Amino acid sequence: MQDGTLTHHEAHGLPALAVERVSHSYGQRKALDDVSFTVPQGSFTALLGPNGAGKSTLFSLITRLFNVRHGSMRILGFDLSADPGEALRRLGVVFQARTLDLDLSITQNLVYHAALHGMPASAARARIAEILATSELRSRLREKARNLSGGQLRSIEIVRAFMHRPRLILLDEPTVGLDIRSRAAILAEVRRLVKDEGVSVLWATHLIDEIDPSDRVVVLHQGKVLAEGLVPDIVAAEGAKTIGDAFTRLTGVRARAIEPEEMRV
Amino acid sequence: MSEMSIERAASAPTRRGFPLSAYLICAGGIVWREALRFIHQRERFVSALVRPLLWLFIFAAGFRQVLGVSIIAPYQTYILYEVYIAPGLVGMILLFNGMQSSLSMVYDRETGTMKTLLVSPLPRWFLLVSKLFAGVSVGVVQVYVFFGIAWFWEVQPEPLGYLTALPAIVLAGLMLGALGMLLSSLVQQLENFAGVMNFVIFPMYFASSALYPLWRVQESSPLLYRICQLNPFTHAVELVRFALYQQLNLQALAIVAGCTIVFLGGAIVAYDPARGLISRKRQ
Repeated sequence: MQDGTLTHHEAHGLPALAVERVSHSYGQRKALDDVSFTVPQGSFTALLGPNGAGKSTLFSLITRLFNVRHGSMRILGFDLSADPGEALRRLGVVFQARTLDLDLSITQNLVYHAALHGMPASAARARIAEILATSELRSRLREKARNLSGGQLRSIEIVRAFMHRPRLILLDEPTVGLDIRSRAAILAEVRRLVKDEGVSVLWATHLIDEIDPSDRVVVLHQGKVLAEGLVPDIVAAEGAKTIGDAFTRLTGVRARAIEPEEMRV
Repeated sequence: MSEMSIERAASAPTRRGFPLSAYLICAGGIVWREALRFIHQRERFVSALVRPLLWLFIFAAGFRQVLGVSIIAPYQTYILYEVYIAPGLVGMILLFNGMQSSLSMVYDRETGTMKTLLVSPLPRWFLLVSKLFAGVSVGVVQVYVFFGIAWFWEVQPEPLGYLTALPAIVLAGLMLGALGMLLSSLVQQLENFAGVMNFVIFPMYFASSALYPLWRVQESSPLLYRICQLNPFTHAVELVRFALYQQLNLQALAIVAGCTIVFLGGAIVAYDPARGLISRKRQ
């Protein structure tokens, strides 16, 4: 299933992301232990796990910052180790840490990113206009990134992830550090883009209220996948009332709805 | 553009490869960003210029009485000390610039811009080489601004010399930038740049032919003379010095080219996720 000679039937069932038996250690500490799951095409899959579950390690492997040493990862059938270029061109990423250049303007940041994917500046500008057609950020493209709020910077990073028309978008705790309103706005914006562009999403979070009943969920805890499936299926399998209850039963960790800092506000 | 067209969910993904234009656009984008950053950091430009000019205006003025420079290749007459150290100061500009690019790589790695660079689908060696050229092009601009000012300070090689020096300056810049890149993969934290200054920049600069001809060093310390000869920075300076007088120093060229390949190869290995050192480190 690894190269371009796929039958129509095979391609149809091809997952956007297939993680198979992946393990990763930092010295003695095992961060990921025999992890397998898939992100089907067109799905919104939430990777749910408390802090330290191994989400960031998993993302570092998918983005090729670390090499996959045990197991395999494929993006639309392209193996990350064997065919990194074809795999990465189909991937868009929003990292947990802010990665925009604050001294450059919004447009400059986005055009630079597009160039890294071989996209000329003219195509990049057209794409920016397309994605931000209905956004108020459209009027602020010439401003330095430094002038934007945390929520706005995140929005721009999401635009950046979509610039090169990837088929799979990875978001690593994208709402961390944002206020409740910005969080809701970011979530809504990603769901809109998923719908409009038909892409697949892997959304890592430790916040239960970011999950919609129609989503798929992968529960990751202490480096292991404890459950995978649609929300109602996981809830039913655990005999729980809500996905929060199911999460608590699976992990023994009380599910968190909002950040503790936000509750103080 | 057509090669970027959307793959519909049901259609089979095909391997499309990357056209040459994608490589050119990518490299262009990396150089363009480096130039924008340089323009935005005016302090960096000013300090990059003030440093060699202080050496030229003050240090050289004080030193010219102490140190007589006899006729040595490539010079054909007795020369002012200012003229002697000009290529050394060019080397200094390139050395600092190379290490500063290394600083920016460490900084980039910490702030995450390195992550966005490395998720580009183009081969990683290509990204690193582009990044290297971006740093060097900024360094070359600094060097020629320095030449412009030094001209009024009686450092006046023939006009053609400025042109013949260009490839030497670029190659010397590549070697020092590649060294910086290799160091950046080994240096863990931003603070360690002070260590790089003390243990890399200063020893390389002082134990070289940048400030004094090596025959002078040999008279006072044969050991230091050996060290200076082993220092690749010496050969970078000599390459520029000869090229500025329209001569080719073959030995210097061979050593600088060889070191560039070794340093760059090391950096590419270090940034390769398969063998790389980045994955060995804690996050």
